[in-house]
Amino acid sequence: MPKRIVASIQHIGHRVIESIWRLGRATRFFILVLLKSGTSLRRFGLVIRELYFTGVLSLIIIVVSGLFVGMVLGLQGYETLQKYGSESAVGTLVALSLVRELGPVVAALLFASRAGSAITAEIGLMKATEQLAAMGLMAVDPIARVVAPRFWSGVISMPFLAAMFSVMGVFGGYLVTVVFIGVDEGSFWSQMQSAVDFRFDILNGFIKSCFFGVAVTAIAVFEGYDAPPTAEGVSGATTRTVVTSSLVILGLDFILTAFMFRGVS
Amino acid sequence: MPPETLIEAKSLGFSYDTRPILKGIDMTMSRGKVIAIMGGSGSGKTTLLRLISGEIQPTSGYVKFAGEVVHELNRDALFKLRRKMGMLFQFGALFTDLSVFDNVAFQMREHTNLPESMIRDLVLMKLHAVGLRGAHHLMPNQLSGGMARRVALARSIALDPMLIMYDEPFTGLDPISLSVIGNLIRRLTDTLGITSIVVTHDVQESLKIVDYVYFIADGVIAAQGTPKEVRDSVAPFVHQFVHGEEDGPVPFHYPAQAYKKDLNLEDTFA
Repeated sequence: MPKRIVASIQHIGHRVIESIWRLGRATRFFILVLLKSGTSLRRFGLVIRELYFTGVLSLIIIVVSGLFVGMVLGLQGYETLQKYGSESAVGTLVALSLVRELGPVVAALLFASRAGSAITAEIGLMKATEQLAAMGLMAVDPIARVVAPRFWSGVISMPFLAAMFSVMGVFGGYLVTVVFIGVDEGSFWSQMQSAVDFRFDILNGFIKSCFFGVAVTAIAVFEGYDAPPTAEGVSGATTRTVVTSSLVILGLDFILTAFMFRGVS
Repeated sequence: MPPETLIEAKSLGFSYDTRPILKGIDMTMSRGKVIAIMGGSGSGKTTLLRLISGEIQPTSGYVKFAGEVVHELNRDALFKLRRKMGMLFQFGALFTDLSVFDNVAFQMREHTNLPESMIRDLVLMKLHAVGLRGAHHLMPNQLSGGMARRVALARSIALDPMLIMYDEPFTGLDPISLSVIGNLIRRLTDTLGITSIVVTHDVQESLKIVDYVYFIADGVIAAQGTPKEVRDSVAPFVHQFVHGEEDGPVPFHYPAQAYKKDLNLEDTFA
């Protein structure tokens, strides 16, 4: 019996030490990516090519999701607000929810599932098929040539995708409440305009999405680069990218919200 | 006069953690020769290539390439040295997001400032040398295994290296592709005056094209010689390997306790 207890304590200890090592490796890798970003910035064509894969190809899921989230928000908001006779405030509700929270957070979650997983799988497979090793032997640094452009493309595209999500969400809310239900269009837009503050709402939402962009792509490129070079290893890494990114997005969102919206009514 | 030495390994040793893979390898490789490194799976052949390219550091001894001790070079010097080397991976390791043309052009675009028109001519010349000029527009997933390896070969000679290392170039190829790759290795070595190191299991194909053979077993050089010496060798290990015998110094059975004991038959027949 004591032997089993010792073994399980050892197992826990081993897992903890392994996690700390991994965190250390991830930090070191992140710093390396930043240090080796010169090539990406000098040859911006490399980043633009990746922007297509991470940003443009994520647009469809962002646009459709944003539209539906906005429509649901409009519908639920209207149902509740009309009980108090304030259905004209539904535009404010939709816009603030999207710009402050749902836009950056849901767009980042979708981005992690769509682009983050693709980045991990691509880098992991490049490693498994020795493409990264081949590149190294051709005297080309794979972190500078493969990882850094993907990282920056994610960081750049995330805020735009979040903005697009919010815009589509507002449009979805407008469609449901104004076009279908018949809320007054003038009060929908004017209340929204007076309630949404550029500095507190839009800028903070933008900053949030920048943080999420860095977090998601850093996790995605690290998981891909660190993946064991087997089919099982790559699939595990892809899953970890989505799970870890989602948790980090939600955790970061709480921290950022706590700092940004302190004392804002 | 003996041909000039390109690679020299002296007392070369390497261990993964505490498990020794190579234990004191001495070898010299001359310019313009095709050298085969043979040995069973896990004998450390690929590790030797990785030591020559500076991908890993030896735990003892050294490898000299063109007079420079590889593991003593800093990163920039190592990358500079690697431009003189080409490597053909087991399954080609072509960049799957680039076309055949762009794969071969990759190093030229990364390391030179040649105009695109000149790169085009050079790439087509390299692809012509491996017989795939007409396939320059294809993507790697449209190629057969043999074609992918030929493209990888064209890519590895892109910058006219002094050395090409081939990691299991014959694995999984049909007899025609196998013969094509074998002949290409010989022809490129002779026409370009480069040195080729071929890590392989394929004894019969490689003995046709190589100048010298090293056998590695248990981390040391078990035997070496010209193809004729190897074929005629009576050394038990070489004989077993060259003739593909099931049992010999390399045993068929993985070490285990007595068979009868494993089947619990000892008492019954005692």
